[in-house]
Amino acid sequence: MTTGEPLIVLDSVNKWFGPLHVLDDVSLSVGRGEVVVVIGPSGSGKSTLCRTINRLEPINSGTITFDGQPLPAEGKALAKLRSEVGMVFQSFNLFAHKTILENVTLGPVKVRKEKPAVARERAMALLDRVGIANQADKFPAQLSGGQQQRAAIARALAMQPKAMLFDEPTSALDPEMVGEVLDVMTSLASDGMTMVVVTHEMGFARHAANRVIFMADGQLVEDAPPAEFFANPRSERAKDFLSKILTH
Amino acid sequence: MSVLIDKFDVFAGGFWLTLQICVLAAIGALILGAIVAVLRISPVPPLRAVGTAYVNIFRNMPLTVVMFFAAFGLPALGSNADFLRIPGLDAIFNRLGTDLPYFRFALIALVLYTAAFVCEALRSGVNAVPPGQAEAARSLGLTFGQNLRYVVLPQSWKASIVPLGSVIIAMIKNSALVGFFGVVGDLSQTADQLTSAEGYAFVPVAIGISIGYLIMTVPLGALLDRIEKRQAVAR
Repeated sequence: MTTGEPLIVLDSVNKWFGPLHVLDDVSLSVGRGEVVVVIGPSGSGKSTLCRTINRLEPINSGTITFDGQPLPAEGKALAKLRSEVGMVFQSFNLFAHKTILENVTLGPVKVRKEKPAVARERAMALLDRVGIANQADKFPAQLSGGQQQRAAIARALAMQPKAMLFDEPTSALDPEMVGEVLDVMTSLASDGMTMVVVTHEMGFARHAANRVIFMADGQLVEDAPPAEFFANPRSERAKDFLSKILTH
Repeated sequence: MSVLIDKFDVFAGGFWLTLQICVLAAIGALILGAIVAVLRISPVPPLRAVGTAYVNIFRNMPLTVVMFFAAFGLPALGSNADFLRIPGLDAIFNRLGTDLPYFRFALIALVLYTAAFVCEALRSGVNAVPPGQAEAARSLGLTFGQNLRYVVLPQSWKASIVPLGSVIIAMIKNSALVGFFGVVGDLSQTADQLTSAEGYAFVPVAIGISIGYLIMTVPLGALLDRIEKRQAVAR
């Protein structure tokens, strides 16, 4: 599963929002092909952690390395790095003025300069894989939340990324649509994609993750395989958190 | 009221000249305003500072003062704004090419002043696009320019067009100042000419020039209303 050099390395990362210390000396490494699920109470910094990896959130101190290279500053090099890291957002963020197919082909055509026909063919294959090939010519607003999120996953995959970041991908979905998105993510995980997933879906953490990271107050509190974490959380914070979410 | 009929050609001439300066100033202000807007939202801090400084200066200075600077400052610097004698364009807008530079000076002042407001109208449209759209574009690896061109601007113009229209209507009315800075024969200077020099009663003349401005501004306002209604339905 994990082979060679880790793909993503965070070393002593600190970030403040004004007086709020959202990331407090966070160090983490994610191996190639590894699926890391980040959980924790809201406001614990888990989304921020996810967003620092492709520098949507700049950090105040520490280093982040992706595929052996430190994250570059804003500019062409950063754009290139971002094109290699897929990102899926809580609110989908599909381009509202473009069809689903255009959403998926925009990156490959404009960033990678692929021929439109080539990009289109791969896009259709990806849409087929996530089960919405028949929606290709619709606009995002015409799709259900679950379909939109699957389209957003296809859009990220179209760049053939080395890793995928998921920032609470199912939190904005109606309950009956959560499963269809998690199914796509599970199949990606079993195909060996490197994934960092911020989620509240404990079922997904249990069966698809290699490691579970528990965060609280900006600190990385626990880092353990899911079976161990759910059976025997070591910290009081984690025990308290799990008792709150697992009693319902 | 006979002045409206007797001097119809004078009114018509004033209308035509005001329309010319407004068309030119609107084109200039839209182009310059778009450039300043791109500076103001650029990720490069010095460029942002230039854009912000521009808006702070020209939005906060009275147009009269900008006109003074253009009419007296440019000659003091030895410029007659001859770069605006654009071949071809000066055939249609013949005042661009005349030796008296006041039309060009007034045009420069109107463009500089209005561009600050155009910039802010465009920027309000950009701000109306949900930030997640630009974030998604950035995370795909699109550059700043590609992000603007393919994702943000196509969605922002809808929210910009109504405030932009208001800016252009204000500009048409502001153009009434140019007559006091040496531009002979525009709509507002026509009033001065007819009342002071030729002794016509003020009120009928004022009604005449008001009609002239309304012919330009009312249809523009109606057009904006229609666009706004169409957007409301689409929403």
